[in-house]
Amino acid sequence: MNYLYFPGCTLYTKAKNFDQTARNCSLLLGFELIELPNWTCCGATFPLATDNLMALLPPARILARAKEQGEILTTLCAICFNVIKRTNHLLQRDGEKREKINEFMEMNYLGDLKVLHYLEILKQEIGFSTIKDKVKKPLNELQAAPYYGCMLLRPFEEMGFDDKERPTLFEEFLESLGAKPVDFPYKIECCGSFQSVGSPEVATECAYRILTSAMKQGAEVVVSTCPLCTFNLDQKQSDILKAHLDFKTIPVLYFTQLLGVAMGLDPRTLGFEQNAVDPIPLLKRKGLV
Amino acid sequence: MGSSGNGFIKKAMVIGGGIAGITASIDIGNAGYNVLLVEKLPSIGGRMLQLSETFPTLDCAQCTLTPKTVETGQHPRIQLHTYSEVVRVEGQAGNFIVQIRKKASYVDWEKCTGCGLCQQKCPSKYPSEFDRGMGLGKAIYTLSPQAVPNKPVINTSHCRYFLEKKCRVCEKICPVGAINYQQEDRIIEEKVGAIIVATGFDLMPIERFGEYGYGEIPDVIDGLSFERLNSASGPTNGEIRRPSDGKVPKEVVFIQCTGSRDPERYMPYCSRVCCMYTAKHARLYKHKVHEGQVYIFYMDIRSTGKGYEEFIQQTMEEGILYLRGRVSRIFRDGEKIAVWGVDTLTGKKVEVLADLVVLATAIIPHQEVKALAQILGIPIDLYGFLTEADRKLKPVETNREGIYLAGCVQGPKDIADTVAHANAAASKVQSLFARYS
Repeated sequence: MNYLYFPGCTLYTKAKNFDQTARNCSLLLGFELIELPNWTCCGATFPLATDNLMALLPPARILARAKEQGEILTTLCAICFNVIKRTNHLLQRDGEKREKINEFMEMNYLGDLKVLHYLEILKQEIGFSTIKDKVKKPLNELQAAPYYGCMLLRPFEEMGFDDKERPTLFEEFLESLGAKPVDFPYKIECCGSFQSVGSPEVATECAYRILTSAMKQGAEVVVSTCPLCTFNLDQKQSDILKAHLDFKTIPVLYFTQLLGVAMGLDPRTLGFEQNAVDPIPLLKRKGLV
Repeated sequence: MGSSGNGFIKKAMVIGGGIAGITASIDIGNAGYNVLLVEKLPSIGGRMLQLSETFPTLDCAQCTLTPKTVETGQHPRIQLHTYSEVVRVEGQAGNFIVQIRKKASYVDWEKCTGCGLCQQKCPSKYPSEFDRGMGLGKAIYTLSPQAVPNKPVINTSHCRYFLEKKCRVCEKICPVGAINYQQEDRIIEEKVGAIIVATGFDLMPIERFGEYGYGEIPDVIDGLSFERLNSASGPTNGEIRRPSDGKVPKEVVFIQCTGSRDPERYMPYCSRVCCMYTAKHARLYKHKVHEGQVYIFYMDIRSTGKGYEEFIQQTMEEGILYLRGRVSRIFRDGEKIAVWGVDTLTGKKVEVLADLVVLATAIIPHQEVKALAQILGIPIDLYGFLTEADRKLKPVETNREGIYLAGCVQGPKDIADTVAHANAAASKVQSLFARYS
């Protein structure tokens, strides 16, 4: 089975490694990501004002186009997923807004597409037990901290991804790869998000707390599902070092990169050069590359 | 006084042996009518027996209640059916035919003298429900040393004899041979003229609150648990020691309205007692741990009883920090509990590293009330409370003649209101009976 795939802007630039590893792993797992033709930016934020329909047009258009091609749309970036899924939820339930948007866009989308995050595809469509069977290089009890952030989980009523207070899907995924998931209280806290533009010190502080919380629980690597989270947690570590003398760096990987390692992909194809904190020494130590 | 010439039976059944049921039973008994008091637990006293001290007077709950339970137990007109449940009700006012299941206690209460030897020697210990899982109870137990009746029952899910077919220590030790492992539930039938339902309340389980750790953080407890910690007969003999490691907590956070006044996620109503008992908890804690710091997160303070506002004012003067705002998350941080909240009066985020967190969880009806309402043929509301016939003018009557409500089964109440409600229900029964003289 193949799945319609919305990459999103970041996965074409700063997070190419996220995109590439996901595509390559899919093939090994027996499915293909079919890139949605003529996709546009998702809009990047779900509008907080209830009458700001303009901001819903990009995700609505993406959904309508996807519906012409198939029944399931998948994404990788947690923010794109949040925007598209919430827009879909709104179009399903709010007939008035749906009509207005459809009229303006000259389309007729009913909100009947299924929007799944790549992790959900792995769980619901492929199955973690299948993944476990296909793993070539089990991760050797690598202590991996699953960082959900907020976008996958909230608002729960719209995202329906997993329990918003104590999700476990990511842990199950890491276990299927042979890693040892590390539970840490900051796994569902915000990374600082766009604060890294306007008030970078706020985002740095968020990242510091998240990473130290993970390390305190024994994490050797933090695993992310979002390019912006990864930017704040990985690239910002040089800033954290300046602000906190006690801080020790820790690699931050996309979950698809770890999946790639476990599936036995050539490490040179996993895009580690885009990671700010080099994960190679850790992976070598664990005998994984 | 039994039945009058026209067959109207002047005997009442009270379901629930808490302060409401006890009060109503004594009232009706004192008026000269016979009363059956049915209680599902082995002894009467209800929730109030679990409390340490009561607001706004701070007097000992057991000291106030025990004379009442003893009076009930010895009252010539009150017949106790503890460890029993009402399973069937037929008929109408003046002539209800009720069936009561007397659960097997595995102890012959006729023979038992209440000496307590069996409880001392019973080798099987498990977290006691009465102590909210914090202290250890025995498989053969009474709820408290002052239990009325002072007769034990065997909890078969913890008794070694029932689990593994060995032990029989209680049987060997009992000086009067009262233990009977073969005992079975019995159904008895009675006729009564009126029924008062006083089955009380439960607390919303802390396992419901994901944001507060799903009940998995041992030092996040509910208000009733704090009552047990503070009670001289509780698991710590009245010393405030936290459940995880028995240390005296130095920073304690109380969160009011946990599950109450939250229409989107939990219960929309106000549980009415939390503001007062939280203030009471804070003061009792400060009286015992002078150097301790208390934080109370609240939405509003509702202290609308006699002497209540004064009580709150005194609490605030005792150095207790009231923070107006809610708590968004609680999680374990090493030996501490991180509490993230907001103080909306200063507009600042508040983070407290606490040793103990007490949740003033919402008052909810017992799960079994739904089935009981069906047995009685009376309606329940959206939340499972039994519905009175009229919100304002008939607060104790139901829409079925001869069936009345008393206490928290109708909605959240404090003790004073519960007693008044029970007095009212009892007087309704008396006036019903008087009409058929």
